[in-house]
Amino acid sequence: MTFIDLLIGVGLVFIVVAILVSQDLFRAVVLFVTFGVLLTLAWVRLQAPDLALAEAAIGAGLTGVLLLDAIGFLRKRKAARKDRDNKAIRAKPEQGAANE
Amino acid sequence: MTTELFTTELFATELFTTELWFALIGALIIGISTIGFFGATHILKRIMAFNLMGSGVFLIMVGLAQHDRGVDPVPQALVLTGIVVAVSATALALIIFRRYIASGGQSKLPEHRS
Amino acid sequence: MNTQLRLTLASVAGVALFALLTLAIWYHPTSTVDLPQLVANSLAETGTEHPITAVLLNFRSYDTLLEVAVLLVAVVITLALAQQDSNEALSSLEQPARDSLVIALTRRLVPLVVLVGVYVLWAGSYQPGGAFQAGALIAAAGVLLRLAGWPIHQRANLLLRVGLTLGLVVFIMIASIALVSGQPFLTYPERWAGELIFAIETVLTLSIALTLLSLFLFSPEALSSQSRKPSKEKAQ
Repeated sequence: MTFIDLLIGVGLVFIVVAILVSQDLFRAVVLFVTFGVLLTLAWVRLQAPDLALAEAAIGAGLTGVLLLDAIGFLRKRKAARKDRDNKAIRAKPEQGAANE
Repeated sequence: MTTELFTTELFATELFTTELWFALIGALIIGISTIGFFGATHILKRIMAFNLMGSGVFLIMVGLAQHDRGVDPVPQALVLTGIVVAVSATALALIIFRRYIASGGQSKLPEHRS
Repeated sequence: MNTQLRLTLASVAGVALFALLTLAIWYHPTSTVDLPQLVANSLAETGTEHPITAVLLNFRSYDTLLEVAVLLVAVVITLALAQQDSNEALSSLEQPARDSLVIALTRRLVPLVVLVGVYVLWAGSYQPGGAFQAGALIAAAGVLLRLAGWPIHQRANLLLRVGLTLGLVVFIMIASIALVSGQPFLTYPERWAGELIFAIETVLTLSIALTLLSLFLFSPEALSSQSRKPSKEKAQ
């Protein structure tokens, strides 16, 4: 075991902890992509170039895109729901006035 | 100077190899993400924690197999198919999650809403 | 169950799992079978020079066959769950992303990525590379196209469905050839092993790329045609 292995290993564990304690989902996904990149380095150190290639394309690329897309979906959904609620309040002015 | 990073062994004993180190890291990742999996309430967070657990399993598989025998193509090939299956399972989980939200569900499970 | 109790139980489970795994790794038995040596010994008969490709498509080809079936099941569920009006909903997103710089960039970048994918597939027969990595690369090129605003999801027709199933169908057909001549399932004829493995890898690359791409393209959209209208008015 060499110093670079120590760095990669500690980095991997550190990122896993950071992903799991982070309150912000976007931050967690960005860290998840970073985890994929570090895992690619770990595969290189384990002399598995095929795995490094697959991990770089899939673990760091595709999974990150899928997760980010899901977050975008949640945000859009939330905005649409808020919008609908606002419209419902405007449609019934007497109730909207009562809420205020 | 820079090559020392890759060549200088930290421990005098030959028992503690790079492969064994990454297998232990894999075990640690599995342990931490188990806590994260049950501790998180957001479904997306749980999907991510499950993925991390899978990565830990892959590290143990390759690391432990190569600890004794050197480079071993068999576990590497199995992990390669594992990575592809893991991403398709994640994508499927996300699609079911999105479908659940689209039909009126919330991003937390019913028992975790206070 | 309250949060405190859940976190405590989760911590106990996680720490116990880590301790057990560490003990198992530290005291693992040494295997009596030398797998790398076995692979190296019979590599010459497999028709490919790269050991991982040999394991994937010759020694353990049953695993790969079933894995392709799993991918197909995942994409079938995706297509079944995709909303009927998802194409219509997506088209509202085209306009903002159609930047001339992005168009120029993707025009030059995507063919290069596909070329690299084909090279990785070709390289798989004698050095690191192969169907899975090439498929992932080509799928990534497709994702890039979609994110840049090209309406590739509108080409979801019969051809896509044929492409998705082609890998599994060709794999099973080649695997069944051996049955005709009285040999067990999935044995390749000795003279043609290399060519057959490469043929399987080529169709697998196509199917894996289309599968991974479809998993991204056909996920349910946030704004279906009913709920989309209010937000559109807001934008104007």
